[in-house]
Amino acid sequence: MTAMPMDAPALPAPAHGHRGIWAWITTTDHKKIGILYGVSAMAFFIVGGVEALLIRTQLAVPNGEVLSADAYNQMFTMHATTMVFLVVMPAAAAFTNYFLPILIGARDVAFPRLNALSYWIFFFGGLFLTLSFFLGGGADGGWFGYAPLSTEVPEIVRMDYWALGIQVLGVASIASSVNFITTVFTMRAPGMTLMRMPVFAWMATVVSFLLLFSLPIVAIGLFQVYFDRNLGTLFFDAASGGDPVLWQHLFWLFGHPEVYVLILPAMGIVSEVLPTFSRKPLFGRSFVIFSGIAIGFMGFGVWAHHMFTSGLGPVAEATFALTTMFIAVPTGVKIFNWLGTVWGGSLRLNTAMLFSLGFIAMFTIGGLSGVTHSIVPADSQQHDTYYVVAHFHYVLFGGAIFGLMSGIYYWFPKVTGKLLSESLGKVHFWLTFIGFNLTFAPMHFLGLNGMPRRTYRYPPGLGFEFWNLLATVGSFVIALSVMVLLWNWIRSARHGKEAGPDPWDARTLEWSITSPPPEHNFDEIPVVQAEDDWWHRKYSTDEAGRPVPIVAGASGEDDDHDAGDGEGHEGIHLPSPSYYPALAALGMFVAVMGLVYVPWGLLAVAAGAVITLWGFFGWSLEPLTRESH
Amino acid sequence: MADGATTTLEHAEHGGHHDVTRTRKIAMWVFLGSECLFFGTLISTFLLYRNRTLGGPTAHEIFDIPFTSVSSFILLMSSLTMVLAHHASDRRDWRQARIWLVATALLGMAFLSGQVFEFTEFVHEGLTVTTSPFGSSFYVLTSFHGAHVAVGVMLLLATAFMSFSGKLRTDTANEGMNVELVALYWHFVDIVWIVIFTVVYLLQV
Repeated sequence: MTAMPMDAPALPAPAHGHRGIWAWITTTDHKKIGILYGVSAMAFFIVGGVEALLIRTQLAVPNGEVLSADAYNQMFTMHATTMVFLVVMPAAAAFTNYFLPILIGARDVAFPRLNALSYWIFFFGGLFLTLSFFLGGGADGGWFGYAPLSTEVPEIVRMDYWALGIQVLGVASIASSVNFITTVFTMRAPGMTLMRMPVFAWMATVVSFLLLFSLPIVAIGLFQVYFDRNLGTLFFDAASGGDPVLWQHLFWLFGHPEVYVLILPAMGIVSEVLPTFSRKPLFGRSFVIFSGIAIGFMGFGVWAHHMFTSGLGPVAEATFALTTMFIAVPTGVKIFNWLGTVWGGSLRLNTAMLFSLGFIAMFTIGGLSGVTHSIVPADSQQHDTYYVVAHFHYVLFGGAIFGLMSGIYYWFPKVTGKLLSESLGKVHFWLTFIGFNLTFAPMHFLGLNGMPRRTYRYPPGLGFEFWNLLATVGSFVIALSVMVLLWNWIRSARHGKEAGPDPWDARTLEWSITSPPPEHNFDEIPVVQAEDDWWHRKYSTDEAGRPVPIVAGASGEDDDHDAGDGEGHEGIHLPSPSYYPALAALGMFVAVMGLVYVPWGLLAVAAGAVITLWGFFGWSLEPLTRESH
Repeated sequence: MADGATTTLEHAEHGGHHDVTRTRKIAMWVFLGSECLFFGTLISTFLLYRNRTLGGPTAHEIFDIPFTSVSSFILLMSSLTMVLAHHASDRRDWRQARIWLVATALLGMAFLSGQVFEFTEFVHEGLTVTTSPFGSSFYVLTSFHGAHVAVGVMLLLATAFMSFSGKLRTDTANEGMNVELVALYWHFVDIVWIVIFTVVYLLQV
């Protein structure tokens, strides 16, 4: 292990001598693509955050004057769309891209250029959605786009931007799902059996399957919305025999698996962080993995609990009430596994660990309020109130975002080679924790007191004033916490302490290589002998089960390999940089832009199609790999 | 061939890469899994709307089963030529492979022409996408299938074209498209048509 860094100084030479922005545009390195995803997610986090602050400012006092009803509709629609599709999903994609190959002992994903294509499609899709603000207003029919909100007024193109934007982002996600699934099934290092895969890799795999099978469903729904708007089809036109409830089914058949797409990566991160900082293996590891898989399957059987007020009839409602209660079981199993992991461990309460512990607590609250939604009579009362808003922010902010933040503190040293400041980190955590609870806990009361969602004003005298003001104060505390995080990033990237390869004394393979990792990840592909292989290369156990450090070099097996593999590096094949993926994605952007403005836009569609085909043909004709060094 | 074998071995030795053909095949299967849901959703929509004709033409009035049977038969036969193309490429008989690839593409185009003809007829008889939910869901479903056939035709022609430049011959499988992948896709699109023909056409008249 100590022998590895000796190669490192020679490596950072950028591929083919390209530097600066061109190197990022043409990169096919999964780590750089991961960083691109991460930075984009952060940028959109700020956009989505500003939208949230505008909403909260409007609602701070009764009869708010900050936003018009029209602007408010755009804000809540785009806040949700941004946070779901442009923040949490790409942030999870950032970690998956960067760490999935390393965690399973591979040098890249199965299809590096397809990976680049996914990123660039995502990038242009995000740009497309956000551009709509400057081209006639952001989407205003809710992120769920219920017909007829999404299908009426075809002259105003806002919901065209929404339908096409989500469609484009879906294409990116399907491409990366195919890529990740193939990577996991074909590129694991020798000895890395499926059950030895780190839990984060497992959760990323489950997420890929969820996206793979749920996105095509909403893709059809979105096409139908687009055709209803632009071709005059009658899919969701109730007056002509169309069925708006069909859209609700198609959307939630995607939308509920999507909820697990958002939370499972965070669960994976927490399952890596807790064992590391408790210095114990994950308690009931295979239970955590199988629970994740169970959630993946059951996630497709609960969608109609979003539709209890649509009049589905008692049989359907009873069925979905039961499945919704059942899906809490594997989730609860995981919570107990995490508690069992922390129990009796020698804990290090640094920022990554605090966020993971915060995740457990907040996610449990959100999970419990979620179970209350499975009771149909209660849900009918809670439907479309702030109680629901409180619930899903506890699972998606208190859950997904807390988990992702934990991942940032955990893996930042691996990505940059520098440790994030712990003191700033703790300020960040406590501000987030307090701000989050100040913002969203009051919404439970607001909701149960009857305050409806998605209304831009509320009159005084209904008892809503105090809790709303509190929530608004909380939202600004969250904004402050994000600024602390950004400051921590900038400061630590410049002046942070050198991390070294394994600052946390961690358990998985990414910590066996330098920080930041060499371009080819592993000089020698590791041969995996156990779960948490890196830990077992560092520690054996005494009779009482306590870890005992192995003296460096004493075990022999891996260090011998390093010494004996003199010429091996010559043959490492890395994917060449390529601008064709970005070009193909640009073509799609042009084409989709044209689709908004039919019929004249069809010219742009044709031009975009030509560019995309050019990209694909150039792609399939260029050579794939180059030698490293 | 021998060249290909050593390259694969080298890849395996370095561990970073792997049998690329196998990887691509898995990816294609995974993608087709996604496509199942895509067509499943379209077919479900059609089944929901099949009787909502709003006084416009109904399935019973409009479908010309003998005609569609012939075009379905043509598409089925294209799967046969696809198998022959795949078989020839396995034998490294590129001349044969090329012939069968182009034959498959031509059959695909014949099927598409049939679809265009059929659509024109239906429009003349008064069924358009805006006539009724039945019309909307029928045209959108069959057009998406047609678009898949069209993409398949392009892939077939591109593969045939690439066999001239030797892209397929070296079998490092790093380059170009692979006859087997195109075959997987083509058979899938064909099977989907069997389902559509049964559910949308035969069961509705």
